[in-house]
Amino acid sequence: MLGPLYLGWKYVIHHRSKTVILVAAISLTIFLPPALTLLVERGAENLTSRAEATPLLLGAAGSPLELTLNSLYFNEAMPAGLAFASMDAIDPGLAGAIPLYVRYKARGFPIVGTTSSYFSYRGLPLLDGRPFALLGECVIGANVARRLDVGVGDTVISTPESLFDIAGVYPLKMSVVGVLSPSLSPDDDGVFTDLKTTWVIEGLGHGHQALDQESSPDLVLSQEESSVTANAAVVQYNEITEANRDSFHFHGDDGGYPISGAIVLPRDEKSGAILQGRFLDAGEVQLTRPDAVIGELLATVFTVQAFVLLIIGLVGVATLITAVLVFILSIRLRAREFLTLQRMGAASGSIFIMMGAETLFVLLTSSLIAAVLLGLSQLLGTTELVLWLSR
Amino acid sequence: MTDPVPSFEEHSKKTMTDLIEFDNVRFGYGDGSSFELRIPSLAFAADQHCAITGPSGCGKTTLLHLMAGILQPDEGQITNQAVTVSQLSDQERRAFRIQKVGLVFQAFELLDYLNVLDNVLLPYRVHPGLVLDDPVRERAESLIRSVGLGGKERRSVRQLSQGEQQRVAVARALSTRPPLVLADEPTGNLDPANKVRIIDLLKSAAEATGSTIITVTHDHSLLDRFERVIDFDSLGDA
Repeated sequence: MLGPLYLGWKYVIHHRSKTVILVAAISLTIFLPPALTLLVERGAENLTSRAEATPLLLGAAGSPLELTLNSLYFNEAMPAGLAFASMDAIDPGLAGAIPLYVRYKARGFPIVGTTSSYFSYRGLPLLDGRPFALLGECVIGANVARRLDVGVGDTVISTPESLFDIAGVYPLKMSVVGVLSPSLSPDDDGVFTDLKTTWVIEGLGHGHQALDQESSPDLVLSQEESSVTANAAVVQYNEITEANRDSFHFHGDDGGYPISGAIVLPRDEKSGAILQGRFLDAGEVQLTRPDAVIGELLATVFTVQAFVLLIIGLVGVATLITAVLVFILSIRLRAREFLTLQRMGAASGSIFIMMGAETLFVLLTSSLIAAVLLGLSQLLGTTELVLWLSR
Repeated sequence: MTDPVPSFEEHSKKTMTDLIEFDNVRFGYGDGSSFELRIPSLAFAADQHCAITGPSGCGKTTLLHLMAGILQPDEGQITNQAVTVSQLSDQERRAFRIQKVGLVFQAFELLDYLNVLDNVLLPYRVHPGLVLDDPVRERAESLIRSVGLGGKERRSVRQLSQGEQQRVAVARALSTRPPLVLADEPTGNLDPANKVRIIDLLKSAAEATGSTIITVTHDHSLLDRFERVIDFDSLGDA
């Protein structure tokens, strides 16, 4: 038995290109359907668990899906802006609210403007440092710290929205004062900062050198009781430091400043139901239940998954038929070899094993590779595996 | 999965006068062709290398296949090394062949995905009746050296010249130390210089292992190298 298997192995090794192609095709055919199912199940689990942990979301009227994806998963889809003062519509006797402003990024990671209550609500312990307390400070998620290789004492810079727009959003250097423990959630990818800091990034608040006739006579063009007119040489700060922190200020009423949404935490079920009732015809704002939104999204995802699985199944059948054809052709091409062996006196069982050895090796190797990939998917998560394989 | 090793010795005659004996043998392919081979009587002695010659299509290869037990006669008996091969089952004939008969083919019929040593050891890998152990490996390497391919044991047979490939085929035929080597046009694919070399090599290697060669050839320039030459037309009706 070992002799024919040895010869089969030698044949497979000799025709390695053909073998590699067959093994790759069959491995993927075996791996893809369960991997896709796993990917969707994991994704659904993650989406659902976070949605279920978020009772209600307040946002501007518009797409509940965009509001949910932006507020829960820091998705780029930006819901319509909501005035900060809209949070006043939440009766403090019925619910608490945590504002969110998710619009800007720092080196690809979303900047989440919020309050420090967000950490206690999500149960996010700090691995290092402390929560942000002052303007210009931030707390970063575990993935941000790992990928950008930054920690407490370092800085991260917000990404300008339009590089050549001189009137646009300027980058702001933020000091990292805390790093979150890994939570295997979108919070790992967040750069959390005070809501006011995000408004500074937006240009609604700013800091600049002192403007008065005594300290900067060259800059001040005119000075009246409540307003100063300066020339273009005034230096605006793009980093908030101890020295310049006091110079940062906002113009106008902060109630009109934007947020992207707010997490609403009802005191109890009844309070939640009352609040939802109040917002049924709220006009410019909406109060939505993220779990219902995600439920609808997943229903669509599962329908698409069924179609994709069907297509993968059909491609798999076509691949297997092709593989069978290759094996049959291989045996036909080796007919002379088998005839020679038969004439030499090779045992019929040995020839049969040699005929089947190529098929056996390819199927065993493919199954093994598919099993290893599936195991890695279980351990690492399919998304990570796909990212790793695509590197 | 492995075949049992048949005890073809049951079919042995008690005495061995000749290496091979044909007794009133008749063979036809039975596929509608008019070819029929009749051999009333023919014997081949041990230690007498023999060449069989004759025109193309006269049945030389068929005769060789009947001797080896690859083909079975329709009538009559064929005795090979005191074993009545015509009475053996297919399994028994295979076992007999791989242990008692070495075969050399015109087109060498080496496995191109194996190296020289693996090709020589091929019989040991395709029949459970032959045990591949260290002495066998050492003997195969010695055989390879004796056919002038020392140092090329691990080389792929695809990298060898045709003459070298036929040397590997000769070594493979002799690897089981068979008493009989049947060669079917072993020089048919070789140039004139290599033809003589291969026949001389085959003879010397066979003598070293105590084997008798019966070869089919229609190359008359090689006939004087054999102790006995049989003109096929003299055998019987074909």
